[in-house]
Amino acid sequence: MNATKKRTLFDKVWDAHVVERLPDGTCVLYIDRHLVHEVTSPQAFEGLRLAGRKVRRPDATIAVADHNIPTMGRANGIEEEDSRIQVETLERNVAEFGVPYFPILSPQQGIVHIIGPEQGISLPGTTIVCGDSHTSTHGALGALAFGIGTSEVEHVLATQTLLQRPAKNMLVRVDGVLRPGVTAKDIVLAIIGKIGTAGGTGHVIEFGGSAIRALDMAGRMTVCNMSIEAGARAGMIAPDETTFAYVTGRPYAPKGEALEKALAWWKSLPSDEGAVYDTTVVLDAAEIVPMVTWGTNPEAVVPINGVVPDPAVEADEGRRVQLARMVEYMGLSVGQKMTDLAIDVVFIGSCTNGRIEDIRAAAGIAKGRKVAPGVRAMVVPGSGIVRDLAEVEGIDKMLIEAGFEWREPGCSMCLGMNPDKLTPGQRCASTSNRNFEGRQGPGGRTHLVSPAMAAAAAIAGHLIDPREFT
Amino acid sequence: MDAFTKLTGIAAPMPMANVDTDKIIPGRFLKTIKRTGLGVHLFDALRYDAEGKEREEFVLNREPYRRAEILIAHENFGCGSSREHAPWALLDFGIRCVIAPDFADIFHTNTFKNGILPIKLSREICDQLMEDAKLGENARITVDLEAQVVVRPNGEEIPFEIDPFRKHLLLNGLDDIGQTLQHAPRIDSYEAVQKTEKSWMPGISV
Repeated sequence: MNATKKRTLFDKVWDAHVVERLPDGTCVLYIDRHLVHEVTSPQAFEGLRLAGRKVRRPDATIAVADHNIPTMGRANGIEEEDSRIQVETLERNVAEFGVPYFPILSPQQGIVHIIGPEQGISLPGTTIVCGDSHTSTHGALGALAFGIGTSEVEHVLATQTLLQRPAKNMLVRVDGVLRPGVTAKDIVLAIIGKIGTAGGTGHVIEFGGSAIRALDMAGRMTVCNMSIEAGARAGMIAPDETTFAYVTGRPYAPKGEALEKALAWWKSLPSDEGAVYDTTVVLDAAEIVPMVTWGTNPEAVVPINGVVPDPAVEADEGRRVQLARMVEYMGLSVGQKMTDLAIDVVFIGSCTNGRIEDIRAAAGIAKGRKVAPGVRAMVVPGSGIVRDLAEVEGIDKMLIEAGFEWREPGCSMCLGMNPDKLTPGQRCASTSNRNFEGRQGPGGRTHLVSPAMAAAAAIAGHLIDPREFT
Repeated sequence: MDAFTKLTGIAAPMPMANVDTDKIIPGRFLKTIKRTGLGVHLFDALRYDAEGKEREEFVLNREPYRRAEILIAHENFGCGSSREHAPWALLDFGIRCVIAPDFADIFHTNTFKNGILPIKLSREICDQLMEDAKLGENARITVDLEAQVVVRPNGEEIPFEIDPFRKHLLLNGLDDIGQTLQHAPRIDSYEAVQKTEKSWMPGISV
């Protein structure tokens, strides 16, 4: 490697983890942190067992159950049999292989992508993987973090490495200052609307620019979380003082002298001046308004003051058919105003927006108001720590008084794997990350929004610009 | 993993872009601790109506495509979740090869780990192959991994690109953990160096 080559943040983290470069360019990449959950790990542990292999580094691994678990009454156990078996299997596997585990009733339990950063397990400059595509979340700390399949989960458990080829570098720069009432969720939806659901394929996206730098860590995590919705392998944000302040003092983060050593390295990670990106995309923060998806993939997004687009204007036939199918599935008519869409369900939570800052934003709108009649509104904290903090701050009460359900931490209605599901035809304003057909339950209709917009929709009973409530 | 060498079979045309992994296998079917048995739920919402009856219009519900071993689709196939249940469901149904203009990264990796060959060909060629596939039983397509060609029913050979390392693993049905463990001494020495260089990184214990 040319020592004077200008490197990006991604290049630096990648280079620091290459164990070996094979002749064809494939690399054996070392993994610092492996997060494990109940859905994508049973077959991996079974594979280890069949091959007589051990977990190479239990001390670099953390397991938690999140996808399957009910978000109410969990002290009574899991009623649904398949879900219970999956969680019990995880508990048996972590015991057998000596993997650290946060039990379901412990305050540390939560959505895997919430608890990693929260516990200080996810750190700048590390490589982090998990059998879940939203692992990209942890890139907000300046880590290289990406989702893997179950075979790769087994590979990491057995070898603490992955076979990978380097990704291309993409810079998404959001310059300027956000207008009041516009959030990180709106930024990332605007980005996906611009580059498309495959716009990042083969790339690691580095998010930069003054509007990204100005985000708190929760906002940065929201942005990186949805990198995968643009098809990117990972999203990253250069670590800075905001990052260091966030990491410092967390249970598993380095302390004292170790922290000083870590900081020295972390500060060297931001991309070199003049580093070259394969692709660069620039957005003007001042042009971004509160966004909402209208269709069944995250690029089908419009400003809240927009309307359902007309598929007929698409030149490509395949695309025209796809958009028409979206209009039909979502039960919309062309030209309909987004703000005219009545909402049945509101879901505030998920690895995208289940942090305390998100819940505070929702509570800020809900305070002193009431959920519209006929709307079911639920708030699901991302972890036990988030739940406890919200309860200390009293914002759970604020939400409950407004008519929101206050539930136990988990993936909940993001993905239709636990009792929290939409029924066919229900329309949901959701702070989650995917609006695919049936994602939140068969026949369910998902509109992806920010926590503020979700709370505002709950109060108004229809989609609405949250700035009307401030 | 079964080796993939050469396959001649029925191809099912699926002219859709952005076929996401929730579409391939919805979340509620991920509550399994096995790799097998998911084929019946493949493309569940497209394949069955609300009563669980097969939708006649869906390609995999029609002869001869019920026996398809090759699937041809449009752009960004397999986008979304990292669930390996998606290739498991395809494999369990009998699909060993997916041809599309491009694939989402994680799905693309996951197919190789399960002996499924993903082939990237231009949209134009995919459309051509879909026209071939519409001829059904009489339109068997051959996929020859060794020679890196797709052979159309009329005998025309269409070359495709593939990463040589992945080709090697697939042709021989090799477990890539075994491959990586050949580098175990290098992993050991990397870890030894990191213990000093990154002495700040704490281990996790609860």
